[in-house]
Amino acid sequence: MSQFAINLIFVGGSFLLYILIAIWAKAGSTKDFYVAGGGVHPITNGMAIGADWMSAASFISMAGLIAAGGYANSTFLMGWTGGYVLLAMLLAPYLRKFGKFTVPEFIGDRFYSKNARLVAVVCLIVASVTYVIGQMAGAGVAFSRFLEVEATTGLIIAAVVVFIYAVLGGMKGITYTQVAQYCVLIVAYTIPAVFISMQLTGNAIPPLGLFSTHADSGMPILDKLNQVITDLGFNEYTADIDNKLNMVLFTLSLMIGTAGLPHVIIRFFTVPKVADARWSAGWALVFIALLYLTAPAVASMARLNLMTTIYPEGTAAQPIEYDARPGWIQTWEETGLIKFEDKNSDGRIQVYNDKNEQFASTTAQERGWNGNELVVNNDILVLANPEIANLPGWVIGLIAAGGLAAALSTAAGLLLAISSAVSHDLIKGSINPNISEKGELLAARISMAVAIVVATWLGINPPGFAAQVVALAFGIAAASLFPALMMGIFSKRVNNIGAIAGMLSGLIFTLVYIFMYKGWFFIPGTANLPDNAANWVMGISPLSIGAVGAIVNFAVAFVVSNVTEEPPVEIQELVESVRYPRGAGQAQDH
Amino acid sequence: MSGHSYDAEKYWKANLRLIFGSLIVWALVSYGFAILLRPMLAGIAVGGTDLGFWFAQQGSILTFIALIFFYAWRMNKIDEQFGVHEE
Repeated sequence: MSQFAINLIFVGGSFLLYILIAIWAKAGSTKDFYVAGGGVHPITNGMAIGADWMSAASFISMAGLIAAGGYANSTFLMGWTGGYVLLAMLLAPYLRKFGKFTVPEFIGDRFYSKNARLVAVVCLIVASVTYVIGQMAGAGVAFSRFLEVEATTGLIIAAVVVFIYAVLGGMKGITYTQVAQYCVLIVAYTIPAVFISMQLTGNAIPPLGLFSTHADSGMPILDKLNQVITDLGFNEYTADIDNKLNMVLFTLSLMIGTAGLPHVIIRFFTVPKVADARWSAGWALVFIALLYLTAPAVASMARLNLMTTIYPEGTAAQPIEYDARPGWIQTWEETGLIKFEDKNSDGRIQVYNDKNEQFASTTAQERGWNGNELVVNNDILVLANPEIANLPGWVIGLIAAGGLAAALSTAAGLLLAISSAVSHDLIKGSINPNISEKGELLAARISMAVAIVVATWLGINPPGFAAQVVALAFGIAAASLFPALMMGIFSKRVNNIGAIAGMLSGLIFTLVYIFMYKGWFFIPGTANLPDNAANWVMGISPLSIGAVGAIVNFAVAFVVSNVTEEPPVEIQELVESVRYPRGAGQAQDH
Repeated sequence: MSGHSYDAEKYWKANLRLIFGSLIVWALVSYGFAILLRPMLAGIAVGGTDLGFWFAQQGSILTFIALIFFYAWRMNKIDEQFGVHEE
């Protein structure tokens, strides 16, 4: 059977499964549509959160980022998991007790202000739309590589599948497809990792393999990797870094951003009790950790594998000839994600760090090297892993289905957050408060359909700034939503004016800092300062500014609230009531 | 809860204490051991590298999981103690 047929069976089979689930889990009420009826078991919800959270970025890109950055990029591992501690203790249980359907609804009620609710809706939509573009683009890459269809065709197929289960089933359909998608993606991620760990270290558990001995050399695998790459002029993989302030703030921004992302928060509204919201945060992190503990092992082992593929006789000997390159390099060259240029015309592939001037002027010159000749896109590391390790064809099919599961499950969660903000917060909350239950359900389905069309269009025509906007999504969630939600629960004193002033100043501060370095609204050529460490204020990168924005938000909200009137008594009672679990009952409208 | 405002206050203080303690550990393993204090832990070898690297790539995640389950377990107990748990 051809590889194409195998891939088609895996991807087609998984899509069929999602559609069957959609037919089984049709939403009958707005409560089904927004919170899956409110009766999801905490372990089931934990699994759904895992798929909801782990996006194309976690599945496809993260291991590649760690492979390239080594220790310095551990920020992604800690940042994208540490937020769950904040969710479990600072937000999820109380928002579940509040017992309504959306994040802006809490902000609007707690700060007794339609304007606060609108600010929250705008933040939610900007953060979620930017995030969804990345998912659609990731799905496009997986389609074009594994199913040999144009990315556009692939995206339309994916959109139709999402359309079926998200429009029909709302949160209910999404919950159970996310459970299935979690299973697909975690199996797809771990199987190649287990094989590679076995091959390199003899240890079948990748996280243990990472700290054990490299079978061929008898050295610890991280030592071996350090040795190989420093021979080629790269920094040590495990090297410490100097700019610790930026590393701390970047990790903190990712953590606070994670906790403030609405598509994650609304998943906690689907469990029956406050205690279940706490448990499901724990289960979610267990399921997430299965991938996040595997990723750093995949990263270092794949990088070592890549280097030994290029330098089979060791770094001191000649690299392989271009004509003798393995098949997977050829396949990925066709997608443009691997590029080769024979700069010194010797027919061999030299891979080294040509930005290291000292290395370039010594070793590289002595060996007649004229620049790094192979450019490998970080994103292919996980997708190409089974081919690099010579694994059977069905593992490749599984990776294709897994990558799509990761992208589509996150896309569906984001689309639900967007459509419920439109139908529940804008239409029911502002435009037509007297809309009937049936009318609102229809409005929710229509908003979902529109959101899918917009997301697909953006996936097909990705704006040039797609990679940068992810920083924007985390920055906005960290600087605007997280502080407002936390103050709404932990302070009785913060009032409507304080909350709005806080959200706006946190948001504007963060946006201005990002735009100063990345260009205004990401329009090329409009940046005020070059985006590099020498120009950053105190060495803080625009990607790390969300945490500072959050501090600005907290500070402004407290100062403004303290010089203005106390919130009314009924609002202080509302704050009391979210703090005590008794009487949460089911998530309800009013 | 209304009518038991004294207990309600004690319940909330117990929650805040638990959160505070948990977040100290949360910050210590990630921002502390894995980033700022890494040079101090450089002497402790773990499989080809040092303890700080282990915390950055595995230890902190494992600690986060333990923290959430510990918090959920303790907090659910405290809910019952103060009689604010759900049936």
